[in-house]
Amino acid sequence: MNLLSIDPAAIDWARAQFALTAIYHWLFVPLTLGVGLIMAIMESNYYRTGDPFWRSTAQFWQRLFGINFAMGVATGIILEFEFGTNWSNYSWLVGDIFGAPLAIEGIVAFFMESTFVAVMYFGWDKVSRGFHLASTWLTWIGATISAWWILVANSWMQYPVGCEFNPDTMRNEMTSFLDVALSPFAIDKFCHTVISSWVVGAVFVVAVSSWYLLKRREAERKLALKSLCIGAIVGLIASLGAAITGDESAYKVAEVQPMKLAAMEALYNGGTDQSLTAVAWVNPFRQPDYQNEAEAPLRLAIPNGLSILATRSLHGYVPGVNDLLKGYTREDGTQEYSAQEKMIRGRKAIEALAAYRKAKAEGADEATLSPLLSTLKENFPYFGYGYIKDEAELVPFIPVNFWAFRIMVGLGTLFILFFAYILFLQWHKKDVSSMKWLLWLAIALLPCAYICSESGWLVAEFGRQPWTIQDMLPVSASVSDIGSSAVATTFWLFLLLFTAMLCVEINIMLKQIKKGPAL
Amino acid sequence: MTLLFLQQYWWLLVSLLGALLVFMMFVQGGNSIIFSLGATDAERRMLINSTGRKWELTFTTLVTFGGAAFAAFPLFYSTSFGGAYWLWMLILVTFVVQAVSYEFQHKQGNLLGARPFQFCLQLNGILGPLLIGGAVATFFEGSNFLVNKSNLLTGLSVDECALDSPIVISSWANASHGLDALLCPWVLVLGFAVVFLTRILGILYFMNNVEDENIRCRGSVRLVGQTVPFLILFVAYLVHVLLKDGYAYDPSTGSIFMEPMKYLHNLIALWPLAIILVIGVVLVLYGILRTIRSKTYVGGIWPVGIGTVLAVLVLLLLAGWNNTAFYPSTADLQSSLTIQNASSSLFTLRTMAYVSLLIPFVLAYIAYVWHAMDKKKIDKREMDETHHAY
Repeated sequence: MNLLSIDPAAIDWARAQFALTAIYHWLFVPLTLGVGLIMAIMESNYYRTGDPFWRSTAQFWQRLFGINFAMGVATGIILEFEFGTNWSNYSWLVGDIFGAPLAIEGIVAFFMESTFVAVMYFGWDKVSRGFHLASTWLTWIGATISAWWILVANSWMQYPVGCEFNPDTMRNEMTSFLDVALSPFAIDKFCHTVISSWVVGAVFVVAVSSWYLLKRREAERKLALKSLCIGAIVGLIASLGAAITGDESAYKVAEVQPMKLAAMEALYNGGTDQSLTAVAWVNPFRQPDYQNEAEAPLRLAIPNGLSILATRSLHGYVPGVNDLLKGYTREDGTQEYSAQEKMIRGRKAIEALAAYRKAKAEGADEATLSPLLSTLKENFPYFGYGYIKDEAELVPFIPVNFWAFRIMVGLGTLFILFFAYILFLQWHKKDVSSMKWLLWLAIALLPCAYICSESGWLVAEFGRQPWTIQDMLPVSASVSDIGSSAVATTFWLFLLLFTAMLCVEINIMLKQIKKGPAL
Repeated sequence: MTLLFLQQYWWLLVSLLGALLVFMMFVQGGNSIIFSLGATDAERRMLINSTGRKWELTFTTLVTFGGAAFAAFPLFYSTSFGGAYWLWMLILVTFVVQAVSYEFQHKQGNLLGARPFQFCLQLNGILGPLLIGGAVATFFEGSNFLVNKSNLLTGLSVDECALDSPIVISSWANASHGLDALLCPWVLVLGFAVVFLTRILGILYFMNNVEDENIRCRGSVRLVGQTVPFLILFVAYLVHVLLKDGYAYDPSTGSIFMEPMKYLHNLIALWPLAIILVIGVVLVLYGILRTIRSKTYVGGIWPVGIGTVLAVLVLLLLAGWNNTAFYPSTADLQSSLTIQNASSSLFTLRTMAYVSLLIPFVLAYIAYVWHAMDKKKIDKREMDETHHAY
């Protein structure tokens, strides 16, 4: 097998399998994080007031949380092991750095989550009220810490810091744990991802509450109104927070993954005073002809918006796809190499490394090894480009990035307005339960919350292609030595399994909602 | 802290996690025997709720084992998981279906009914321990893989921009991708030994955790049926391992070579491990025999559990310590993995060692919560009254 004859289908299937697992996993995690927070607030009310209403309300949401949680666990285990099963080259080359957050996640977060979740479900009559409340919060904190470490790992792939390549061990090694764990990219990603998960939880709670109000179920009226209020407060705070952290995330993307930003904006040719595209026609199924088109057709844009977003300056320079491929001069006068130049430098780095290892194995002296190491070090920032055959590979699939970004931002804005309006009505003592259109809208927004959340992941993950690790390792050099038929088989198996489980889960969830809390 | 010390330390931690995983698989063993122990739906409900309150801990132990192996021995992680693809996928699938089976099986709205999920619990209960036991056996019997780090570099040319050599560092030397291990009789012997051991642990856990005389009486009888095959298989495998040629590592040259009775030599050289192994075996036998002989003793899970952890820990340490290749290759001896050539860097191991100081706190709160939750045993009344039951 070689890179030219490597079955591209094997890479595609490996990517498809990982994407499938991640997409399914991400259906359940946001609800765990979001509903986890809301049910903990409700149980805190029970602890504070001793009112049995809050106890049964918390128990009701915990029951729905539990159904969802099991699916999150089931899909999560596959993800961790898929790094090894489908991306074995990757696992070796960066395991020294990437493995640590995963191990810490297990030790610090998973055990906390799995220990206290059992108390939360089964401990109501076995432990004190305070212990139970602490367990509910610790379950949520455990889930959040888990999100922290997995997002640290993910962020490192997008913005590799705190590491150095060791030519003797042939891998990247960690040099600063704090740089990895507290990378600004990771902090932004964590804040944006977790806070936007609270939005999903809030929309879920508001939607379920709205359904009870629409059905005029008197037994659940109080639960619905109180939950709707708490959900809307959490939702408004979270959706505003998601907007602020999202803006910061986009700024960081512009800094470290300019190609991703160019794809998100369908910005083919950059420059100063760049406007932010509101809408444009980008065919969702076909990579646009970015080399020949000046810009996407039917474009409506906010003047200077993109420059502000990407550079925090009204007139800032933002490179487009073609600038990034051909090379450009930054505002500070430094030169960004063209893709061809980077590919040549990447191959030089790989060749120098091969020569170094050969010379070292033959017992060469320092004088022979030193220039090879210098060449490697000089060109190592472009190491991954050495595996790129065609510069077109460096451009991610623009339509997915473009549309997913717009869906995410558009729905996110809608959520801000929606939650603000509900709270406005409640502030003015309006009877929300009589406003059928609003209740129907709340229900209709539930799938939108999931679409919004998944769109965020599509932007993050599609946008970094072809890289497994930005500039360091492309997906084509990260895979395991597994035939495409094997990976295709497990892909279909997981698709069938996860879909069947999802259908069962949704139906159980609907029945539980219909049944209502045991008040 | 030297690199070698940290490598040994992390092998100890990974082995401890592996040993705890085998103990925690009382969940799997218990599930595999539910229909034999529970005669009525009510009894089976108590049993499923009993393991249902612990399955997440087993799951977490498995995930943390994977995470620790990835962080400390990434070459093992990439070689084993990327090579023995089918073996690991089978293990994962059985755990995936188990995860949802508890929550879904008796819930209203379960489109598939309880049966498929009960089958999944049984499947995981047997296949999980069998395959994990088999995977552990490959530490002694070897696996069919090749490792060549230079694969990532060879064949590249600046001018030609072409690659004509394999680029994957670790590859499996046959098309079965791990399933070939199940053709080795000794892999199956250890695999089935683990199956019976987890069933013993499951029975003892039920006897301790469920307040029901019928279940306790039946458990005492079923225990004999599981203990006899376990002892035969375990003793056979232990003798086989101690007498077989092992995969030794020469630290001065880095080469791997076969050494007669390598694991027996390890046990002698690391004699405290021999004492721990004996203590472990004695505790297992004590817990089982006392449970069988006494009508009132229901605490057998603890001596047997501790004994299991000690015995498995020693087995895993014998595979990796004392200059031994813990993941030997039968395809190319020099591709074999040792804790030296498969480990992370000094910096990472040291950083992770600081993190590992949290482990006692984690174990402490798990023990506290376990005690608090299990003070009152599960009984039929609780099943009728609880708002959250599987």
